[in-house]
Amino acid sequence: MNDRPHLLVHNRNDNVGVVVVEDLVAGTSLLCVVTEDDSEFRTPVNQDVPIGHKVALRDLAIGDAVIKYGQDIGRVVAPVKKGEHVHTHNLKTRRW
Amino acid sequence: MANSKSMVWGYRRENGRVGVRNHVAILPLDDISNAACEAVAAHIHGTLALPHAYGRLQFGEDLELHFRTMIGTGANPNVAACIVIGIEPSWTQKVVDGIAATGKPVAGFWIEGNGDIATVATASRKAKEFVHVASGRVREQCALTDLWVAAKCGESDTTTGLASCPAVGNMYDKLIPRGLYGCFGETSELTGAEHLAAARAASPKIAQKFMDTWSAYQKDVIEAHKTSDLSDSQPTKGNIAGGLTTIEEKALGNLEKIGKKIKFIDALTPAEAPAKGPGLYFMDTSSAAAECCTLQAAAGYVLHVFPTGQGNVIGNPIMPVLKVSGNPRTVRLMSEHIDVDVSGIIRRDMTIDRAGDVLIDAIICTANGRLTAAEILGHREFVMTKLYRSA
Repeated sequence: MNDRPHLLVHNRNDNVGVVVVEDLVAGTSLLCVVTEDDSEFRTPVNQDVPIGHKVALRDLAIGDAVIKYGQDIGRVVAPVKKGEHVHTHNLKTRRW
Repeated sequence: MANSKSMVWGYRRENGRVGVRNHVAILPLDDISNAACEAVAAHIHGTLALPHAYGRLQFGEDLELHFRTMIGTGANPNVAACIVIGIEPSWTQKVVDGIAATGKPVAGFWIEGNGDIATVATASRKAKEFVHVASGRVREQCALTDLWVAAKCGESDTTTGLASCPAVGNMYDKLIPRGLYGCFGETSELTGAEHLAAARAASPKIAQKFMDTWSAYQKDVIEAHKTSDLSDSQPTKGNIAGGLTTIEEKALGNLEKIGKKIKFIDALTPAEAPAKGPGLYFMDTSSAAAECCTLQAAAGYVLHVFPTGQGNVIGNPIMPVLKVSGNPRTVRLMSEHIDVDVSGIIRRDMTIDRAGDVLIDAIICTANGRLTAAEILGHREFVMTKLYRSA
């Protein structure tokens, strides 16, 4: 049986991953799995991030595209450090 | 090969379609006939009233959609027989005639000149007769792929795109090439992935038809009525609580439920019956669960698979809605609503291929007569889509 991942990443080009465990705490070394090829890597998390929410895999600047599924899911509106929570406070839609 | 994985016990209707439920529906033509329909259903055991909010002074495309939804609901193979009650005879008869084209027992009654009490009495006698007819029908072995199975996701979160939608997509990739009819909709909720959806059309012409539908929704609905960037509505508050941030992210997860291989063969108007044979169809619908499911049932779909992340509790009165969740927290906290648990996918102890097989097993059980969580919990959300205000 594979080790249980903390974070799933859809695509190798993604710059965010999704927390898939409950009660994740800051400072955990996250076991990450890329679902498209089942490859693994480790990344830090600097905040308590709830299950289902996103963690940055690298530093992101205002205006950068957030990439998930290998696709652009919106623009960064506040600077994000690697390992931080990515959500409505720092990511906005490009639509509507 | 005829084995337990390829056959279901269904009701073969007069027109050859296969139903998985055996309702005697008491269908109001209009809002003011709800009371009479509910009175019939209250004392004729085995009938089901379908109250709704509309049917008066509608016109144009909106009226056409009303008739299509009414007729399609009564014509659905999960309905064995149907009583229609309206305020007046003309529109009532139009719905009766539309349903009668399937060959199933149907009768219409109107209230003007009769009053509720006499109408309920005469409609009740006919409803009793229809219950005898329906309850005498026997399930027979039918091909699993004779079913029409629709999909729509709700209260999505990031697990929807990782687990429950890919499970549905895997099921479609396996069954649609064998002859199943599939359906996805949610026009607004493909925004951000519309280019990927268009690329899944079976031809450039169908892709253009899809893009025209999607663009019209943006222009005529979203742009015409929005007062903000929609971030208070789409994604929903539940989506955001579940970790989804933008419509683009939500749409990409949503689209996972049409699988990896199959192409869609037409872009349907709301409640339009598919007419190009077996395959996957896109339908122009709202992303609100009850509206979308009601339209898909009216188009003739007899079973629904519903991926949910945060726990949408939707059901439909005539079409069983099977809930699939990949969120372990939702499966634990809302267990009474979840039919198929695919949370093993995010723990890496269940593959998407395995989840697709589990879902196919659940579809077979449901088609054979096992009730879904939503049916047992009494969820009967029947919500008509209204295109604009009545005259």
